[in-house]
Parts: sequence; C-alpha cells; structure tokens
Amino acid sequence: MKRSFLSVAVLWAVLVFLYVPILLVFAYGFIPNGISMSFFDARGQFSGFTTKWYAQIFSGNFAVRDLLSSFWLSLTIAGLATVASSVLGTTAALALHRWKDRIQSIHHALVYVPLVMPDILIGISLLMLFVAVKIDCGFWTILVAHITFCVSYVAMTVLARLADFDDRIVEAAYDLGAGPWTAFLKVELPVLMPGIVAGGLLAFTLSIDDVVITSFVNGAGTNTFPTYVSSMTKHSRNLPSVFALSTLMLIFTCVLAGISRLLTGRNQVVRQKAAVTDKE
Amino acid sequence: MNNPLHTRKAEWALTAPSFLWLALFFAVPAVIVLMFTFHGHDASGGVGEWSLSTWRELVDPDYPAIVWNTLRISFEITVWSIVLALPCAYAIARMKTRWRGIVAGAIMLPFWTSFVVRVFAWKTMLHPDGWLQSCYIGWLSVRAWLFGWLPGFMQDFLLWAGLATPGAVDPASSTILDSEAAVVLVSVYSFLPFAIMPIYSAAEKFDFSLLEAARDLGAKNFYAFRRIFVPGIRQGLVSAVLMVFIPAVGSYVIPQMLGGTNCILIGNKIFMRAIQNRNIPHASALATLMAVAVLVPIGLAMWWKKRQDVRGRRRLDAQTARLMVSAGGAR
Repeated sequence: MKRSFLSVAVLWAVLVFLYVPILLVFAYGFIPNGISMSFFDARGQFSGFTTKWYAQIFSGNFAVRDLLSSFWLSLTIAGLATVASSVLGTTAALALHRWKDRIQSIHHALVYVPLVMPDILIGISLLMLFVAVKIDCGFWTILVAHITFCVSYVAMTVLARLADFDDRIVEAAYDLGAGPWTAFLKVELPVLMPGIVAGGLLAFTLSIDDVVITSFVNGAGTNTFPTYVSSMTKHSRNLPSVFALSTLMLIFTCVLAGISRLLTGRNQVVRQKAAVTDKE
Repeated sequence: MNNPLHTRKAEWALTAPSFLWLALFFAVPAVIVLMFTFHGHDASGGVGEWSLSTWRELVDPDYPAIVWNTLRISFEITVWSIVLALPCAYAIARMKTRWRGIVAGAIMLPFWTSFVVRVFAWKTMLHPDGWLQSCYIGWLSVRAWLFGWLPGFMQDFLLWAGLATPGAVDPASSTILDSEAAVVLVSVYSFLPFAIMPIYSAAEKFDFSLLEAARDLGAKNFYAFRRIFVPGIRQGLVSAVLMVFIPAVGSYVIPQMLGGTNCILIGNKIFMRAIQNRNIPHASALATLMAVAVLVPIGLAMWWKKRQDVRGRRRLDAQTARLMVSAGGAR
C-alpha cells in the first residue's frame, strides 16, 4: 500500500521508540557491573552477562531485602485496594445505572472528577486531610489513598458493561419464578463479572504502579516498590536487581494477561453463539 | 413492581458506600486544600492564622515563571504526541482486523513494566557518554542555525516566550540529562499510547471510502487526510489532547528524575513545598493553580462537545426539513 507508506513508517518508528527502553530493562538485569551500569569494563572490553541479580532475588539475599519487602508491601496494598475498590466501584455503578435523580448526579460527579484530576492533586489533597486531622502517614493512609483513586476506574468499567446489559434477561428470570435476589445473584452478577474483573485488574495495575500519590501519603520509612525504586536510583550498587525484578514482573503480567485474554476470548465465543441462536 | 432491589432503601444501600468514601477522601480534602490557601504558615510547619498572605506571596517572581514553563512544556508534549499519534492511529485503522488487535496490544504492552523503572531506563540511556547526547547536540545546532535565519522580531518573541536560547551551542555545558528536552522526550514516550488509543478508536469507525471519494474528486493525499480524515475523527482528537495535556500538567516524576534543576514544574514545586519545606499553604495554593490549569481545558472540551451536538442536531433538522420539502415537491 503505497498511499499510507508514511504512516506505516511512523508506526514502526513509534514501536521501536516504545520498545527500546523495555529491551534495556531486560538487558540491564544481566549487567555485571552495578555501579557503572555498563556491559564494558574500563578498557572497553566486553565483560559478559551475569545471572547473579536473579540469584540474589530468589535467595532473598540481605542486599535486596528492602527491595523485596517493598515489593511485598506493594502486592499487599494492591490486593487489598483491588478488593475494596471492586466492591465500592460495583455498588456505585449499579446505583448510577439504576437511578437518575439529584443524588446520583452528585454521585456521578464524585466518581467522574477523580478520573480527570492529575495524580498529584489527589495526593496533595489527601495529605492535607491527614495533616488537618493529624493522622500519621503509613500503611493505612497509603491503602486509603489507593482505594480512593481505584474506585472511579472500577465504577466506569462496570458502568460500561451495564450499558450493554439487556434488562429483558432479568425479566425472563422473574417470569421463570426467580426472586429478586436470585435474579441478581444468578443472572445479573454473572453477566457483570467480566466488567468487574476487568475493573479490578485495572485497579491492581494502577495501584501497584502508583508512585506520585504514594510519595505524598507514605510518611517516613514506608516504601512501596515504586517509591523504593525512585529513592534508590540516586546511589545504589543493586540497581540491576531492580531491573531483574521488573523483568520477572513483566513476564508474570504477560502470563496473567494471556490467561485473561483466553478467558474473555472464550466469553466472546459464547456471546457470539448466543447471538447466532438468538437469530434462529 | 415491588422489587426490594429497586426501593429507596436499596438506592441508599448501593449509593452510600462509594458516595461517603469519595466525599470523605476526595471532596472534603479538596475543600481543605482551598481553605488552607487562605491561611498563613507558621514556623513549625503547620497552618497559621487566617490571612491572604499566601495569595499575595504567589506573585513572587518564581511562581508565575514556573506556571508558564509548565503550560509551555505541556503544550510541547501534547503537540509532539498528537503529531506522532495521528499517523500511527491512521496506519492501525487501515490494517486488516486481525492485525489491529495485535498492534494495539503491542502499543500498550510496554506499560505493564513499572513506570519508575522505565523512566530509570531512560535515565541510563540519556547518560552524557551515550549516543542520545550526540543526537541532542545535533538537534540543538540545527535549532540554533534555524533561529539565526529568523527575522529579529520573531527572535525576540521566541526568546521572550522561552522557546529559544540565544548564542551558540556549547557541547560541554549542554547535556541532555537534566534538560528540558529530556523531560519532553520521556513524557512523550510515556503519554503516547494514551494519545494513540482514543484517535485509533475514532479512526476505526471512520469511513475510509470518503478518502477515496475525495481523491476521485481530485484531492491530493495530504489534503484529503487533513480536510476529511482529521475532521472526521475530531472527537477522538479532543480526548487524546486531554489524555496527554492533563498528566503533563500534573507530571512530577519525570521532571524530578530527568529534569534536574533546569526543569522545575508546578508538580515539583508542590512536592518541595509540601514535603521538604513543610509550607502547607503554599503547596495548597500551587495545587489550586494546577487544578485551574486542568479544569479550563476540560471545561472548554465539554463546551465544544455540547456545541457540536447542538450543531449536529440542527444540521439533522435542516436535512430532515429539506427531505420533507423535496418529498412534498414530488407529491
């Protein structure tokens, strides 16, 4: 296709631009010298690869103890924030979808505005709240902050799913003798589940990656993985272990995404089949 | 229908959790920030008496320059992102359906690595001995050369707006690390997918036979792209601009790690005032300014969308009227 040659060229250039740093993250995990961050020694000789950083991570060496504990803290907070924000976000979406009164329009603004605010404003305003009521920052303040910014994302994802929801299937359930609770638990909730799971996954990735909001509300000494990494980039001999851990995380998320893709893919097949039988 | 899940009580039960949570941890803090701006600060790092001193101190020559720099750099980042995202979205939308999903996925995939780690990978790449440093010097020289050709009044304007620096390029003192260019480069890298995605989803719905029609009517390729494709996807374009501009105004990590002392934006200043100097009122006032800087473009976009809808409806009305008239004529 000659006519879109330029746009395809730009697309390839952009893909290279996006992937070079990722390849570097992968490569830096095998770097022998953690101070100069170079594969070459002082005389310009190639000094080979090493797997010692990976060994350090898997053996839980004291040099990476803080890194690993910050990583576990991130996982804990992301897990708890995902569960809490999934519940809050789903109830919010159900309420916003079902009722359209004055309260819901305020509710909608409360859910929507955090999405368009820069992270730093959410971080600073929560810090101000904790200053005003004199709460010491730590684990709980981080968790509260993460739940707060995740709720909106879950709510929006579930709301999008609800927009496609066909109310007739609930009516069909009533006609077949189901009570309101049975209809909700056995019909409505299973249909919404992919939306809730997608929102939850989004919340998890946002929470585990957040550095801006956390750096405002973490207080002294409580570090999640991102804030720990940004604090150790100044002076550390263990930087390659950060890159090694990141590579492991990337592989892990790719596997997770592959699984979820398979699940939603199967779901799509089911939906298409349903559509076909509908026509018949 | 007396469904217990559709009663007033059920509405409260479903609304209260998220409503109260967000009111307490989003709306109330916003009000507190606004209130703190009307207080002075005390020496112990707390909040002092009611006063307007904070707002008066904001004209301190330092702050307006920082606000201006933030807006200018965010604008540069937005322009670069859109310029790169448009052809990408166009190229993806013209692919076969099977490839679209794969390429769109490939664009989002790098974003599953930790953001801080990616920025740090850039930091190592921007090392003064690296190849990007030589690219940077080349870019600066080209810019200085072009600048020399401009007429005097434009030179003065660019200098005044902070878009150019006078004098020759000194390779020793201009390092790409700790420069504004590094901040723009890595911000574009970070926000580009968020510019591509909305444009792409608008372009996917675009009817490409319109481009062929334009070409049949004698339009050149680029002309058709500019006059038919770009207006056709303007909804996606507006959301792409917002998706890049808002985080750019609020950015803090990238300038902090890559901008050094040469590129301090509002975000960095807020962090400095809030955490390092413990000047809570000043941090609050800067945050208020940032909120205004973000809400103005959002408000504009919403107003524009409303106007578009109204216009679209009017056009539709006119069309219907014309159709009815012609139908009447036929009868």
